[in-house]
Amino acid sequence: MENNVITIIKKEFARFFGDRRMVFTSLLMPGLIIYIMYSIMGNSFSNMADTSQSTYEIDVVNLPDSMSMLVDMDQTDVTTIEAGDVEDAKEKLKSEDLDLLIVFPDDFDEKMLAYDAMTATEPAPNIEVYYNSASTESSAAADLFSTVADQVESSLANKFDINAGDKVYDVASNEDQMAKMFAMMLPMLVLMFLFSGCLAVSAESIAGEKERGTIATLLVTPMKRSELALGKIASLSVIGVLSGLSSFIGTMLSLPKLMGEMGESGFSNVYQPTDYVLLFLVIVTAALLMVGSIAIISAFCKTVKEASTAVMPFMIVVMVLSFTTMMGSGAQKAVYWYLIPLYNNVQCLAGIFSRDYSLTNIVVTVIVNVVYSGILVGVLTKIFDSEKIMYTK
Amino acid sequence: MEKEVILKVSDLCKTFKLSKKQQKIQNTASKVKVAVDHLSFEAYKGEIFGLLGPNGAGKTTTLRMLSTLIRPDSGDVIIDGVSVVKQPELVREKIGFLTSELKLEEFFTPNYLFDFFSDLHGVEPQVREERKARMFKRFGIDQFAEVKVANLSTGMKQKTSLVVSLVHDPDIIIFDEPTNGLDVITARTVTDYLAELKAEGKTIIVSTHIFSLVERLCDRVGIVINGQMTVCDTLKALTAEKSLEDKFFEIYMETAGD
Repeated sequence: MENNVITIIKKEFARFFGDRRMVFTSLLMPGLIIYIMYSIMGNSFSNMADTSQSTYEIDVVNLPDSMSMLVDMDQTDVTTIEAGDVEDAKEKLKSEDLDLLIVFPDDFDEKMLAYDAMTATEPAPNIEVYYNSASTESSAAADLFSTVADQVESSLANKFDINAGDKVYDVASNEDQMAKMFAMMLPMLVLMFLFSGCLAVSAESIAGEKERGTIATLLVTPMKRSELALGKIASLSVIGVLSGLSSFIGTMLSLPKLMGEMGESGFSNVYQPTDYVLLFLVIVTAALLMVGSIAIISAFCKTVKEASTAVMPFMIVVMVLSFTTMMGSGAQKAVYWYLIPLYNNVQCLAGIFSRDYSLTNIVVTVIVNVVYSGILVGVLTKIFDSEKIMYTK
Repeated sequence: MEKEVILKVSDLCKTFKLSKKQQKIQNTASKVKVAVDHLSFEAYKGEIFGLLGPNGAGKTTTLRMLSTLIRPDSGDVIIDGVSVVKQPELVREKIGFLTSELKLEEFFTPNYLFDFFSDLHGVEPQVREERKARMFKRFGIDQFAEVKVANLSTGMKQKTSLVVSLVHDPDIIIFDEPTNGLDVITARTVTDYLAELKAEGKTIIVSTHIFSLVERLCDRVGIVINGQMTVCDTLKALTAEKSLEDKFFEIYMETAGD
């Protein structure tokens, strides 16, 4: 009676989509929260970057001619002070009334020009740069000065340049760069979102039904246990995917704000329709696998609360696996890697996002996902049949 | 007249493992609790059979085995020719099982639940609609058919559970403590309905510790003490000399001894 599977799926959907609060908390809220959170993060990042626009208060002792360009810069407001005022200046630096204090040795220019690294017996002339790392302006001013000082230093002994001028030397297209960055970040985000979506609905539907005593009512009907297991896992996977999708859309929409100009060139330019289809296949079958695993863990638990705790170790495994793409070495090539559940999904996502994947590996992953999910359905069936697990109070 | 045996329980046994904590609570060193101990009885087609006994005697465990929710350690139950051990799915098609432990999902309405369980029992839509209209009217559920179970009173919930457990119009109905926790009016509705079902030719097995219920409804009675069937006879024979209550305590003293 295949109909029973459909009946169960219909019931699960009716339960979920009929409950406005549940739809809100698992479909709308994740995406919304992520969108708001990332947008705020993006705004504060760009505020930080804005400090380049402000002027830095800089006190200098013994300003040499070679560094006079410091005074001429728009961003700097340089005051020359005496060596005796250094301690006062440090106090001002602490209280953030001053952004930077630079102390040059006496006769810096002469000493510097006379210095020869090959023959010198004394250390090179030292510039003391005092800054306050607790202040964003002070750190930025220190960075600015070291850039200036570097330029001065290299102009004094210029033997060769690397990539001088305005020519574009990086042959990678903008899309390729985007893809590489997506490949590092997105597999982790996608899997984590998918997992949390699957966790919420599966724990509720299995451990929750046990907790409320409604699953026994289902078990006295002539329906086969396997039909119940299959119906539950299928419907919960769909809801899990939708919930994951919500988070994903939230991420994608906030990307331009999070990454500035680079994000604006957009996601849609980087990937082809086939990429999306493969992505969809991998995500849906991965959801089956996750829901199956979480459902089995939940079936052993008496309450939803207990189930959410019991799932933690599994969640850590998923997280650790997801983080492997952050190393950014690209997707594994050999097929046998794609036989390992969960890891294969991480690798497929990394491959698809970096636009460097083999179709065979993805097909293998999808098949492996389906096969493992089938095994999980079998295990869940056995559990539904076990009075010890199902009715123990 | 030769009566047809529709339900035959033979040598049924069930033990539960006790955890360390449970051992302490029950003050026993034994690691297992024998809930049902070589219990046998027969029920005839068209009768109401009552399992009478104190709390913890093993009545509920026995009924759970009859309804295939749990498996016997040994022994078997043949219901309308089908073994609960060998073909539990077939048995579930034939029986309706009702107990307060089986809850309905609070989110749904009686109307939805009736349809849902009808589907799981493979009831044709036409039959379902006709049956639903009749049963809902009989129990007054039509008044709250579209109200979520969560918002129903205990009596309404119990009526809904009763109706939902009978969506497939089973010939054998197993009812654990039918009037437990019900107010007098709802309890009366339920017992009246059991009598109606009997009149339709259904076989009903009930468990209870309420003497009046047995006296009013049952054709035959089995007294269960400590997981064993101590006496099994017609109500008439059991109450020939004295009231059922006195008879029960007489048997209880002989068996349990304290």
